[in-house]
Amino acid sequence: MKLDANIPSGPIEEAWAKACFDMKLVNPANKRKHNIIVVGSGLAGGSAAASLGELGYNVKCICFQDTPRRAHSIAAQGGINAAKNYPNDGESVFRLFYDTVKGGDFRAREANVYRLAQNSTKIIDQCVAQGVPFAREYGGSLANRSFGGAQVSRTFYARGQTGQQLLLGAYQALERQIHAGTVTMIAKTEMLDLIVVDGQARGIVTRHLITGEYNIHIADAVILATGGYGNVFYLSTNAKGSNTTAIWRAYKRGALFANPCFTQIHPTCIPVSGEYQSKLTLMSESLRNDGRIWVPKKKGDTRPPNQIPEDERDYYLERRYPSFGNLVPRDVASRNAKTMCDEGYGVGKSGLGVYLDFSEAINRLGEKTIRERYGNLFDMYQRITDEDPYKVPMRIFPAVHYTMGGLWVDYGLQSTIPGLFVLGEANFSDHGANRLGASALMQGLSDGYFIIPNTIGHYLATHKFAKVENSNPAVQEALTTVKSKIDTLLSIKGKRTVDSFHRELGKILWDYCGMARTAEGLQLAIGKIRALREEYWKNVTVPGTGDDLNESLEKAGRVADFFELAELICIDALDRNESCGGHFREEYQTPEGEAQRDDEHYSYVAAWGYTGPNSAPELNKEPLEFQYVHPSQRSYK
Amino acid sequence: MKVTLKIWRQKNSSDKGQFVKYRVDDVDGEMSILECLDVLNESLILRGEVPVAFEHDCREGICGSCGFVINGVAHGPERGTTACQLTMRHFKDGDEITLEPWRAKAFPMVKDLVVNRRALDHIIEAGGYISVGTGQAPEANGLPIGKEIADQSMDAAACIGCGACVAACPNAAAALFTGAKITHLGVLPQGETEKGRRALAMVAQMNAEGFGNCTNIGECTAACPKEIPLDVIAKMNRDYLCGSIKQREDLPTPVAPVVQGA
Repeated sequence: MKLDANIPSGPIEEAWAKACFDMKLVNPANKRKHNIIVVGSGLAGGSAAASLGELGYNVKCICFQDTPRRAHSIAAQGGINAAKNYPNDGESVFRLFYDTVKGGDFRAREANVYRLAQNSTKIIDQCVAQGVPFAREYGGSLANRSFGGAQVSRTFYARGQTGQQLLLGAYQALERQIHAGTVTMIAKTEMLDLIVVDGQARGIVTRHLITGEYNIHIADAVILATGGYGNVFYLSTNAKGSNTTAIWRAYKRGALFANPCFTQIHPTCIPVSGEYQSKLTLMSESLRNDGRIWVPKKKGDTRPPNQIPEDERDYYLERRYPSFGNLVPRDVASRNAKTMCDEGYGVGKSGLGVYLDFSEAINRLGEKTIRERYGNLFDMYQRITDEDPYKVPMRIFPAVHYTMGGLWVDYGLQSTIPGLFVLGEANFSDHGANRLGASALMQGLSDGYFIIPNTIGHYLATHKFAKVENSNPAVQEALTTVKSKIDTLLSIKGKRTVDSFHRELGKILWDYCGMARTAEGLQLAIGKIRALREEYWKNVTVPGTGDDLNESLEKAGRVADFFELAELICIDALDRNESCGGHFREEYQTPEGEAQRDDEHYSYVAAWGYTGPNSAPELNKEPLEFQYVHPSQRSYK
Repeated sequence: MKVTLKIWRQKNSSDKGQFVKYRVDDVDGEMSILECLDVLNESLILRGEVPVAFEHDCREGICGSCGFVINGVAHGPERGTTACQLTMRHFKDGDEITLEPWRAKAFPMVKDLVVNRRALDHIIEAGGYISVGTGQAPEANGLPIGKEIADQSMDAAACIGCGACVAACPNAAAALFTGAKITHLGVLPQGETEKGRRALAMVAQMNAEGFGNCTNIGECTAACPKEIPLDVIAKMNRDYLCGSIKQREDLPTPVAPVVQGA
């Protein structure tokens, strides 16, 4: 398939304005005649549904939680980037663009990233107008802090709950539209298939999670804003319900899946404490503003951290990367933590941990200031570990956090299925092989508030929409597929729980396709995943029935999709014979152990197409061209 | 350690429901109480029984999904802590721990520890926002907001909408929840313009949903996992009063409540 990203010609600074002007518009009176489905109610979905409702479209918004306010965007802690340059420290749209392209290790599309940087300033304006209580200085102006991969302070924040506050802003805007009657909210409902009629996305099949009822929703366009697939690893910082089902089933209906192996391992999470562990808790990257990361210089040093003298500590990030220090990007920080632990310098019971120490900052700024900046994070750490981070350094270890990969979209955020748009973490577009901190919130809101309201109008204005009846064969086929899959899962009645399979699948991926990957390991992993998947369909047990609230059944369907996705992740990782960003192939590294890209052969987006249940996926390539930021060996030294 | 979980089991809203005791061995102090339920559920599934239904999602105390009454206290014994972050080290070997759902007329039963909390969304829908559309925003720093005001707003905005305040209140009032949103928006200059109308609409919806009246007992703030201060209710009452004085005819239409005729 020839992939056309539809990037406007001409200078990058004017590309978005030009694209907007070239788009066809829908007459205000005609907008309410168009039905749009938005799946997901997080920053991307919530802001899109609200904005489209404001424009007058007839919107249905679907979420699996009991209310749209619980979408996982709510858990984002640290902040949101914007090129406001309030601190007067050299920030600009171009610098945010530059840092993001470089931070993504030159595997993102330049035009998309530039537009993201342009929109960033409008997002802050919009959120402030909605009443998002961003941190302020005494004089009343907005406060900023620094994040990894940048040397300017461009991050806006609301204590350690920035995601929550931005989501509540979008949620309130959404509720306002629900009240106005432009948006119908359908909660506790899961999308289980995409309906494609005559090559256009025309609806979805859903299951209500409390009654088990199946429903068909027909529309003129479908927007997926269903978040990332980090839970394929079982243990991650994602919410338990986060899943790949919506985008995976769209993939199986013909949407291409881009760069699935680009997963982000976040460096600062609370280490695993036992086998029963159900999820990992993130400690915001903002902590690296004031925290210093170190390990003992002596291997296997079991002394309590406070008894290890200063000269016996190795502040390895400051030593190896003097110009960025503790604020290197996430992929670099994670990989270094892993190396330290692999070499035997790790701390804590399991040896899988490094210290994040605030004593120097507390001495310099006082405990009060530190409490003000990170109080809720420190409390959370103490609640989980029973240790007081004001007195003892935190122990942290990397954990799966974000997925840069996702459904392939063009410049207008449209997938390869006409009428299917994909926003936020669910698409692949802006972060390349590694996302910079505080950029996910920015992307979700840019997509939802400012991009989709323009691009979807163009699609609606330039296409015809014949009425689709429920009796349409494509609709019935999708419904039957969904029902039979659920019936099969309920009928297997094997001997292992869904969670036990999921945990084992996650372990395989973490071991072979986590922070370091090799061709040999990936081949091994593919074999193991296939064998386990085969066992799953013979030996899983799902209790209860399909006609009431049955969480095991919900999970069973999602894990079935994770199995298939896990294989694609490994295939993609195996195909990409280079290291870039979060994708680190041990065979390809510089003498200093940094990621070694191969721009000559791999400067492309790998967009995989589904070809059938037992046949290999088809690789399509979108070449990446860099006219403004020239690919170089990424250096944070 | 070993504990006994005494859990409210109820198939659906028409079922009568009852407490059932389950023993859980191999409980680790580092586990959260939700992970303890996971362990129990895994064993129930393998025994062919129906697992305990409970709401949960982020498991880091911010999404507001989880929550049930633990030994008579909403979210359990630790202050400022959601159920998902309540670790088992706060219990002793041999303890019997009672788990039951939020009980309030406005929160109809769904199953086991799960109740329907859509009434809280309705309160927001009725007016819990600043009426500004996408694209209408002025430059963010154009309106200075003092740090004290921003902090006061943020203290109230920290509400996670879990419903513990309602469960803890002897009257099953939602005054802390509603007051939190009214305070979050009403103290900010952006939200000043429509604060009277907002309070009138939200309070009317709160009443329509069948939440009880606030009698200033303060159980809500004690149970609140985000420690929302009680004075948000005073702010709600003040905005309501001011709104009543200036009231015009055109209040927003109320939303049909979750429990009809409540």
